[in-house]
Amino acid sequence: MTVPEVVAEPFARVRPKITGRNAHFWQGGADGRLRLLRCQSCGTYLHPPTAACWSCRSLHVVPEVLSGRGVVYAYTINHYRWLPDMEPPYVVAEVELVEQEGLRLMTNIVECPLDQVRTGMEVEVVFAQHGDVYIPLFRPVTAA
Amino acid sequence: MRGHFEDHVAISGIGLSDVGRRLQRDPWALTAQAALRAIADAGLSPDDIDGVSTYPGGAYPSPGLSGAGLWDVRRMLGLDLRWLSGGSEVAGQIGSVINAAVAVSSGIVDHVLCFRSVWESTHQMDMGRAAAVMGQRRSVDDDAARVQGDREFTVPFGVGHACHGGLLAQRYFYEHGATREQLAQIALVARENAARNPDAVYREPLTMDDYLGARMISEPLCLYDCDPPVDGSVVLVVSRREAAPDTGHPPILLEAVGSTPGIDAAGSMLWARSPRLTPGDVDIAEVYDGWSVLSLLWLESLGLCGRGEAAKFIEGGSRIARDGELPVNTGGGQLSAGRLHGYIQLYEACLQLRGGAGDHQVKPVPEVAVVSTGAGHFTGCMLVSTG
Repeated sequence: MTVPEVVAEPFARVRPKITGRNAHFWQGGADGRLRLLRCQSCGTYLHPPTAACWSCRSLHVVPEVLSGRGVVYAYTINHYRWLPDMEPPYVVAEVELVEQEGLRLMTNIVECPLDQVRTGMEVEVVFAQHGDVYIPLFRPVTAA
Repeated sequence: MRGHFEDHVAISGIGLSDVGRRLQRDPWALTAQAALRAIADAGLSPDDIDGVSTYPGGAYPSPGLSGAGLWDVRRMLGLDLRWLSGGSEVAGQIGSVINAAVAVSSGIVDHVLCFRSVWESTHQMDMGRAAAVMGQRRSVDDDAARVQGDREFTVPFGVGHACHGGLLAQRYFYEHGATREQLAQIALVARENAARNPDAVYREPLTMDDYLGARMISEPLCLYDCDPPVDGSVVLVVSRREAAPDTGHPPILLEAVGSTPGIDAAGSMLWARSPRLTPGDVDIAEVYDGWSVLSLLWLESLGLCGRGEAAKFIEGGSRIARDGELPVNTGGGQLSAGRLHGYIQLYEACLQLRGGAGDHQVKPVPEVAVVSTGAGHFTGCMLVSTG
């Protein structure tokens, strides 16, 4: 795994409301590690955060650190200004994490020219700090 | 199959308000106008209405997405209700109509007024583009602007509504080798139909060059792949079949519903619940087109073309044109008739089955229509016929 990284961005993102259910995801990235809930009974990773395992119905779900690696499942270059402070164009993507088939995060692809993003591209997490939240973004995996 | 509740259900009345961009009219007035039209169309009086069902209910966070709530309509029309249901957690927008159908088949009520009112267009006038996501224009540093619920995992990434469509389309193109020129036909055919529909909002000609040259919203979706917000109200009266008055126009019979989450699952459920009809019997398809790509996904899920073949199926547009083998979105869909949000598809299907669509009537008059609404896990579909 490459060195975990937390970066600053020159614009403001809209932040999520932090709750006991989601704090591991939105604030756990302070050390550069991606955390998701995992069922302690059957091992299924669970996202978005939940109180029970949809697979085995266990209530024993706790945050665990993941590798932060994945592949681009789908992407779109967004050209519309949805938010006053987020200047288009930018890439919105669904990244499928290597730990589990179908385990996907909505995110942005960063540190990559817009026209270079591809389905199946290998990516790794990088966190953008916005106040008290650390937003998981993904960038292409570069050769070590 | 344990009982077939659909056998007891008819759509007895349909009503459409004035519809347009930025009408600057009270959405309650539009709702009442459409409701009174639908009730009269059913051959009923407001005193006969004993149930109300609506999506998404009066308290919905997106600005203008709800023009009236259930209590507003009850009070405006002086309704005496014995069953009621309003909310956003249903099987697609049309899920509120499916709820009504279940209610009348149970015998608890005879006539349910189902309504969907929007006034996004007027509401957004003062708010600008940020309205679609932020809800209110204020600093992102404001703690009150923090997002939760459905928006928690989208807005921090600048994911607007159309981005979901862009992702679906990109993946579809990737898996099936589809092209923008193919996808364009959903928008182009819809516009040809809208040109003949006086209730549609966008009626001027739209060419392939216009489409390919349009500004991108969320690639590969361009402006014409995304439905425009409008003001308007659509109302349907769902009746217990035996209670529906004889009005002279053919009753619209409910044949089957698909009310399970997921486009593919909902389409499968619909046919599993249809004892009499198969996909080959469908004369017209009013398939949801909030983004054009959704129509492709619904055509496949409903078995109207093969898996992964929808883009080829619609290529060139002739198959899905009004005089084609399977006319699609015959009134212009939401892309050209406006975001009347799932109800306009059922309204248009009823109009066509009655032979009442005027200049945009499909000939010969269709006898079986399939209607689908929604995306993601928010999905519902319906098969209707004239028997």
